[in-house]
Amino acid sequence: MALLKTENLSKSFSGLKAVSNLDLEINEGELIGLIGPNGAGKTTVFNLLTGVYAPTEGSIYFQGKKINGLPPYKICQRGIGRTFQNIRLFGDLTVLDNVRIAYHQHVTYNTITGILRLPQYFKGEREMKNKALNFLKIFDLDDKAGELAKNLPYGQQRRLEIARALATKPSLLLLDEPAAGMNPQETHNLMELIRWIREEFKLTILLIEHDMSLVMGVCERIYVLDYGMVIAHGTPEEIKQNPRVIEAYLGEGLSDAGTE
Amino acid sequence: MSNMEKYRNQLINRKNIIVLFLLLAVYGVVQGLFNIGVLGNFYMMTLILVCIYIILAVSQNLITGFTGQLAIGHAGFMAIGAYMSAFVTMKLEGHLVAGLIFGALMAALAGIMVGIPTLRLRGDYLAIATLGLGEIVRIFFLNFNYMGGATGFQVSKTINWTWAFWLMVLSVVVITNFINSSHGRACISVRENEIAAEAMGINTTKYKVLAFTIGAMFAGLAGGIYANYMYFIQPGTFSFLKSFEILVMVVLGGLGSITGSILGAGIMTIGSALLADYPEMRMVIIAVLLILIMVFRPNGIMGNKEFKLNFLDLKKKGEENGTT
Repeated sequence: MALLKTENLSKSFSGLKAVSNLDLEINEGELIGLIGPNGAGKTTVFNLLTGVYAPTEGSIYFQGKKINGLPPYKICQRGIGRTFQNIRLFGDLTVLDNVRIAYHQHVTYNTITGILRLPQYFKGEREMKNKALNFLKIFDLDDKAGELAKNLPYGQQRRLEIARALATKPSLLLLDEPAAGMNPQETHNLMELIRWIREEFKLTILLIEHDMSLVMGVCERIYVLDYGMVIAHGTPEEIKQNPRVIEAYLGEGLSDAGTE
Repeated sequence: MSNMEKYRNQLINRKNIIVLFLLLAVYGVVQGLFNIGVLGNFYMMTLILVCIYIILAVSQNLITGFTGQLAIGHAGFMAIGAYMSAFVTMKLEGHLVAGLIFGALMAALAGIMVGIPTLRLRGDYLAIATLGLGEIVRIFFLNFNYMGGATGFQVSKTINWTWAFWLMVLSVVVITNFINSSHGRACISVRENEIAAEAMGINTTKYKVLAFTIGAMFAGLAGGIYANYMYFIQPGTFSFLKSFEILVMVVLGGLGSITGSILGAGIMTIGSALLADYPEMRMVIIAVLLILIMVFRPNGIMGNKEFKLNFLDLKKKGEENGTT
């Protein structure tokens, strides 16, 4: 059974079809790429999947249950974690707090216990801190735990975004341009890391990326989006040879027109 | 047994003992000076007002500084607390504690009812809506003839320094503990980035309403203390100017800093008491002070930092827990 499935998914912004008739199918354990020229509607797809936008038409099934119409926090609690293309960290909070907040949905004590400082509070906080530090260690950020997120260099902010998304304990992870702004070496390391966390956390990953070497290197299947429609999908080899993809990317002049 | 011991050590560490000791010292010194007559009634009143304003400022800070919701209706919740506690202590002749609890709970209830619809609004829209709601409360009591209406309502004085001081401490500890728990961090994440908070599984509406309700509850408690101290309450006291005054204290001290709010409440209340002899200059001086602070420290006196006792070289590391 597919972990995530969309049927006829469409989103219009007052007449402009940002995504139209999208049929995605992602199986458990897969690593799927979603590519396309600027403005093809990739991030809109993410926003639809995570409930930021309500679809105009169509439905989204996650683990066999319909999830469109649910608010973002419920979708996250069902097990879809995400990162943002334009980094959205909790800038004035420490790196540790960023991850702890993502872990909040699994908190083991209630508000009153927290205020009264009952034993469960200390136990819960200790657990939470250890788990958060573990996530930070994976991303090589544990020595930055006390720093404010906004003071981190760009590459580390990107990694913190992934660490934070992982702390929500997702079964499906959506990565929106995780390698944006990274140099080739950093991109390569990130690729290794993505492969590793997939094994370690038994994740299914859907990633948007412009860096073709990253997409072709790690993804098993790729969907290509242009003007909100899937123009091709298949293995990296198939995609590389697909004439429509080549046209969309290199075709008639620059294909930076379209929707944002 | 070792678990129990560990728990005891987490509560009774050196930092908390020092804080408790300092609080006892402040309490004792003021009470002592008052008993031997060094501290006159006027200064006592000022200090009790400082306690009341600390509760108001810290609870406003929870809503505005920590959760990031610009709500300007605190005087309304204070009025509800004041009138409802006076209703219990005067009309029902109940105990002061019953009055304070009833006042705080009614304010909290009003907070929930107001919060659920208005917290959908953002920024200045929320400010306008809550401002209006504060005024509605005032006008309601203005026409509430059962409790005096516009002429005001007499309340016998049962609050003294002991009550005011320790209730203030209780309020600050509860709000500080809340902020330093996972639920408090969820509130702060709403301030930091609402979209990201939602995407991380935080029910932002719930935490906005929760912070708003806790804030309203403590504003109600402050109102109850005020009513049972002041002999006399009237709706005019709880106008939107009072809400602004509280907001100014919070901004002065620093949004997102508990110790800043305590400082802000202290400076503003003592400042206006010291300037009581020059009523015509008072507002001018306070305004100039505010302008200077906003020029030189735009984030308030404390920014979003807390005043900590770390310089005492407290050996206990780890948990940044507990009382300020």
